[in-house]
Amino acid sequence: MDKGRVAVITGNDAIAKGAIAAGMRFFAGYPITPASEISHYCAENLPKYGGKFIQMEDEIGSMAAIIGASMAGAKSMTSTSGPGFSLMQENLGFAIMAEVPCVVVDVMRFGPSQGVATVPAQADVMQARWGTHGDHPSITLALSTVKEAYELTIRAFNLAEKYRTPVILLSDATLSQMSEKIELPDPGTLEIIDRKIATVDPEQFQPYEDDGSGICPFAPYGSGYIWYTTGIVHDETGFPATSDPDKLAIQIDRLYDKINHNLEDIVQVEEYLTEDAEVILVAYGSVARAALATADTARREGIKVGVVKPVTIWPFPEQAIKKVREKAKTILVCEMNHGQLYWKVREVVEGKAQIAFLGQYNGKLIKPEKILAAIKEVTVGVC
Amino acid sequence: MSDYLELRLSGSGGQGMMLAGTFLAEAAGIYEDKHIVLCKSYGPEARGGACRSEVIISSEPIVYPEVQEPDLVLAMTQEACDKYYEDLKSGGIMIIDPEHVRDIPDINGKVYEIPLTQIARDTVGNEITANVVALGALTAIVDWISPEALKSAILDRTPKGTEELNEKAFNYGYNYTMEKYMQSNSPVV
Repeated sequence: MDKGRVAVITGNDAIAKGAIAAGMRFFAGYPITPASEISHYCAENLPKYGGKFIQMEDEIGSMAAIIGASMAGAKSMTSTSGPGFSLMQENLGFAIMAEVPCVVVDVMRFGPSQGVATVPAQADVMQARWGTHGDHPSITLALSTVKEAYELTIRAFNLAEKYRTPVILLSDATLSQMSEKIELPDPGTLEIIDRKIATVDPEQFQPYEDDGSGICPFAPYGSGYIWYTTGIVHDETGFPATSDPDKLAIQIDRLYDKINHNLEDIVQVEEYLTEDAEVILVAYGSVARAALATADTARREGIKVGVVKPVTIWPFPEQAIKKVREKAKTILVCEMNHGQLYWKVREVVEGKAQIAFLGQYNGKLIKPEKILAAIKEVTVGVC
Repeated sequence: MSDYLELRLSGSGGQGMMLAGTFLAEAAGIYEDKHIVLCKSYGPEARGGACRSEVIISSEPIVYPEVQEPDLVLAMTQEACDKYYEDLKSGGIMIIDPEHVRDIPDINGKVYEIPLTQIARDTVGNEITANVVALGALTAIVDWISPEALKSAILDRTPKGTEELNEKAFNYGYNYTMEKYMQSNSPVV
């Protein structure tokens, strides 16, 4: 262990540190519990790296600012919680349509509207998928440990840059406020991906021309390339294509295809003791830790429990669920909400196993003993 | 020595319970190379109100991150004591400051009454060092963390010019507890 690299830090600080390690040099945000420490860290530390921090007037402005910074070539990020995430949705859609890489951190709250600020919840899972209007894909990752907060923030930037799209990180108050020990890697050992930059003559440049990879090379504003960007569905020139039905469909397809043709790269899922499991727990974020602890205690009691932990929530790891639904008798989805990812799991299980749901939405992290009790309850007569 | 331990440090906002949790977590995590989780929880008050920090220390990676049955509870006020003692593990340890905790709960475990605030005020000369006095006392009672590791973690974070004060507070807490409770016994747990 290199003591100089070992730190006891919170989940929020780990996100900020990971972002800076990934090359983030522009942060715009508006303070909100339980995400504010991400802003604090960036305000204090970004200038040391030649970066900029700006506190905007609200979350609408924050999202707009990080889009602008990214279009000028900077890796950019904002962080918020439920109410602010709602305000960001319109511009988040713009970033998807205009294909602007950026990272949005949502430290989820409890309940609708202002909800409860200081307690853990997983209430924005569907908002991360469908919060902004119109057909669109989403890349969303869920964080469950301080180590993951650091590593997956780097991964979020890599995915954003590689696929020219916003990436959403979902955290919660448990992880954001708690500290764990991590050994920070040597920055030289990190895999850092930067967006593909246009090299054609500026006169020939078409901003949304597919180079065959499905992802268009990017020309930072200010680099001599003059181009038009709009949230309107556009053709390869960047100008609205509203009168051409064929071109309209092509652009929407391309938004989906660049994600769907790369699922192996994007989808990350962890399995624990699934091989012989009769009961599979599906859990993500902080709740995954309760599920993993439950698998061990359940097995000590002779109940064969395994865990599927989606790290990438969107696109949903369908293959992992299809694999376990063949063997497991029961699939129990555990979430700190009223049932969100549950519906997606249920859809993919297609009735091939018993499906059950354990939701807790009282501001407390689900305890392993509660999951164990739920397993015993739902498997009566099944296992 | 058990290899999985849960500690809860509780008191009133302003008594340094959050910082004490950070000291413990860094001592165990950085100096003793253990796995740790540190959770802090407090009300909306900047001063006053019951607050607590909780530390899990383990030789193995920590899966579930919250304290469920603390092995040790430190209570610096009556309110914190009343609020946070109930789920103490059977046979666990409570450290209380008798100046602030008059009504000691009936627990299945051992209670150590140590005049933390009084030592800080009268012997060390500064009441705000009571949290460090408490950490000194804690390392005298349990052998999960060496006094050296904890002292190093404290000195890493103490502002320049207060090192001597903090070291004094730690040592007084440690020595008082050793003399009162530990002379004929080796440290418990």
